[in-house]
Amino acid sequence: MSEIILTPKEQPMVPLEINNIIPDVLAGKSIDEIKNMGIWNGNGQVRLHEFFDVEGESAENPSEIKIIIDGDVHNTKRIGQGMTAGEIIVKGNANMYVGVEMKGGKITVEGNVGSWAGQNMVGGELTIMGNAEDYVGSAYRGDWRGMTGGIITVHGNVGSEIAEYMLGGKMVIKGDTAIEPGIHMNGGLLIIEGNVVARTGGEMKGGTIVVKGIVKEFLPGFQYLGVEKDIEIDGEFIEGAFYKFKGDLATKGSSGIVYVAVAGNSHIAPY
Amino acid sequence: MERIIKNGIVYDPLNNIDGEKMDICIKDGKVVDSVSEDADVIDASGKVVMPGGVDPHTHIAGPKVNVGRMFRPEDSKKDVETITNVKRAGSGFSVPSTFMTGYRYAQMGYTTAMEAAMPPLLSRHTHEEFIDTPILDHAAYPLFGNNWFVMQYLKDGDIDKCAAYASWLLKATKGYTIKIVNPAGTEAWGWGGNVHGINDPAPYFDITGAEIIRGLAEVNEKLGLPHAIHLHCNDLGHPGNYETTLKSFDIPKGIKANPKHGKRDAVLYATHVQFHSYGGTNWRDFISEAPRVADYVNKNDHVVIDVGQVTLDETTTMTADGPAEYDMHLINGLKWANCDVELETGSGIIPYLYSPKAPVPASQWAIGLELFLLINDPGKVCLTTDSPNGGPFTRYPRVMAWLMSNKYREDMIENHLHKWAQKKTSIATIDREYGFYEIAQVTRSTPATVLGLSDTKGHLGVGADADIAIYDFNPETQDQSADYVALEDALQSAAYVLKDGEIVVKDGKVVSIGEHGRTYWINSLYDGELEKEVESEVEKMFKKYYSVNFANYPVQEEYLPRSNPINGVIQ
Repeated sequence: MSEIILTPKEQPMVPLEINNIIPDVLAGKSIDEIKNMGIWNGNGQVRLHEFFDVEGESAENPSEIKIIIDGDVHNTKRIGQGMTAGEIIVKGNANMYVGVEMKGGKITVEGNVGSWAGQNMVGGELTIMGNAEDYVGSAYRGDWRGMTGGIITVHGNVGSEIAEYMLGGKMVIKGDTAIEPGIHMNGGLLIIEGNVVARTGGEMKGGTIVVKGIVKEFLPGFQYLGVEKDIEIDGEFIEGAFYKFKGDLATKGSSGIVYVAVAGNSHIAPY
Repeated sequence: MERIIKNGIVYDPLNNIDGEKMDICIKDGKVVDSVSEDADVIDASGKVVMPGGVDPHTHIAGPKVNVGRMFRPEDSKKDVETITNVKRAGSGFSVPSTFMTGYRYAQMGYTTAMEAAMPPLLSRHTHEEFIDTPILDHAAYPLFGNNWFVMQYLKDGDIDKCAAYASWLLKATKGYTIKIVNPAGTEAWGWGGNVHGINDPAPYFDITGAEIIRGLAEVNEKLGLPHAIHLHCNDLGHPGNYETTLKSFDIPKGIKANPKHGKRDAVLYATHVQFHSYGGTNWRDFISEAPRVADYVNKNDHVVIDVGQVTLDETTTMTADGPAEYDMHLINGLKWANCDVELETGSGIIPYLYSPKAPVPASQWAIGLELFLLINDPGKVCLTTDSPNGGPFTRYPRVMAWLMSNKYREDMIENHLHKWAQKKTSIATIDREYGFYEIAQVTRSTPATVLGLSDTKGHLGVGADADIAIYDFNPETQDQSADYVALEDALQSAAYVLKDGEIVVKDGKVVSIGEHGRTYWINSLYDGELEKEVESEVEKMFKKYYSVNFANYPVQEEYLPRSNPINGVIQ
């Protein structure tokens, strides 16, 4: 696997957008060509080398390219947008829209990321070692067709409205979430290992949400189906005892499933 | 400024010119007999030359169009245009931003487009958006069919007062025609219901759709308006609605056309008839009744229709037919916006996906084309998609290519469409193909004539506005039927488009936005005394029910950068 190492210089006040710095585009380019690629800084184009030192070597095939962003890029957006193959590693924080519309390959961010990570993701793997803000794996604003495939894993905490309009794929949140995880969810699997503030699965029509932590407030539109132990969803085994609910019945024709751990959640059990 | 378009292959139905090689001379924005040696030359040899396109029914300006833009960011994302030295940036696939609307129409060779539904209360907004829509000449159709004053005066049997009100309102809103949408039905929607057919009364007013259509058709001719009443029939989109459609067509029959401007014979213009030509009782036993509707149009001269062709795209539907939009929202479950406009009208907006693989959209596609192909006289049918309802106006070239190439239609039917298109309609049995002459009729001469604008629009005779489209397709060497891809491309990006004699598009690109488009509106005075009386009645209702001060209602001419009043009756 060939490595292309981008060492960030100082991050500008006005955000950078590097949606074109993906293995699909860098394949077959020389390092000099890559250095001179245009990226967006606000509403103007600049050269990549103005904000990054570029080293390493490219390859002909995108799946053989690993892009390493070797440092903090907290004001750089759209890392890995639409990539279909290869790998991107960010050794620091990143800004909004990491892995938007990603179709394949692998992205790992070692720090925290902004909102909209994995928006409309189709395939591939997106891993965030730190925290993520709102709308992880959501739909584009206004759209009712969100994430359809791939795997998102966040090791830290996330913000509100994650997995909004999710249709397929898998999302695992190791930490806590703010309100409305899985809002309008229509398919796929969302596993939350930490706690949820409120409104899990609001207006969901399909798909499955599993909460291993504590749900502080639970929506009334869910029908209690009983307790299940050691559940299996799409070949995934999850140990423990769970209250099982169907909903959100506030939405016509809904058949979403929410599992909430028995431990610590006696306040939402119907008896 | 003089110009000559040399050697083009000209199609100009209003002057009976069918593919003749000839020159078109232009001076000071008008078509003239001859020009001097110094005239600028455009070489159009091997190219099709037509008058600028006229769209008689589209939704491009006003509050519901703007709601469509606001609540569909995902639609804006699909189509984005960057800034150039003459153009602004813009976005939107089915509901493009105002500037982009002007550019995109011009690139297809269209130079006139009519906003088909203006809530009177929000006419300032509509005119403000016209100000930001470059190139196109335009007009707006105020909504009359569910207006409280109209319903009250007609219920009282006071046709004179209704005429005075219509005359006053057209002037006050700088509107162009009497637009009727689901008469009595949109008012019923204000009470949570709808009417079914034309004989079902509106709540409270106790007046039926039939009475409203009849009354307003009489008013239209009393006022001598250039355009016929513009009717969106009841029961839109419901299986079995063709009966309502045919009954509605019959209502104004016998009333004599009396335009003070233009040469129309029709007293009824029925819009997006595709959505009104369905048989059966539900979506299971549903069947096309386009042949019966086409037969009616063939046998009667008082009616001109437009089709509202479905283009099989993801689009945004928007209409002043509030209950119809709610019904469609229940079918597709997508987001829905509803908009009530005080005493005047209402509307709804939802996204819609016309998938070619789904049975109903495939049939709707076929029904639209059946209407085009089964109506014998293209002088009675206009090309529209009811943009963006059946599909965005940017698909007009594709609709033209479907009409001109049976092979294109066969490919669609055999390879892309749900089998209902063959099973529920007769489209697969029709092999008629339009030529450029017929295309020029349904996109130029017919709309210009029925709008009452045929003295300056829709033709290339002396005195016409020099709005001209030149397409890079040579009917003498290229086969429209076989080479439908090249045909669609040529119609999509015109080689040249002239607006008032100035080149605004070259090689499919906007090169100048020229002068601001004209705003056509009706200037009439039916009866001065009566109009004063009506005005004071309206003012009282404003005090009682409206959220706007009456003085803020009428649109001043300052809102019209290029005002072009057209006279109705002047007392």
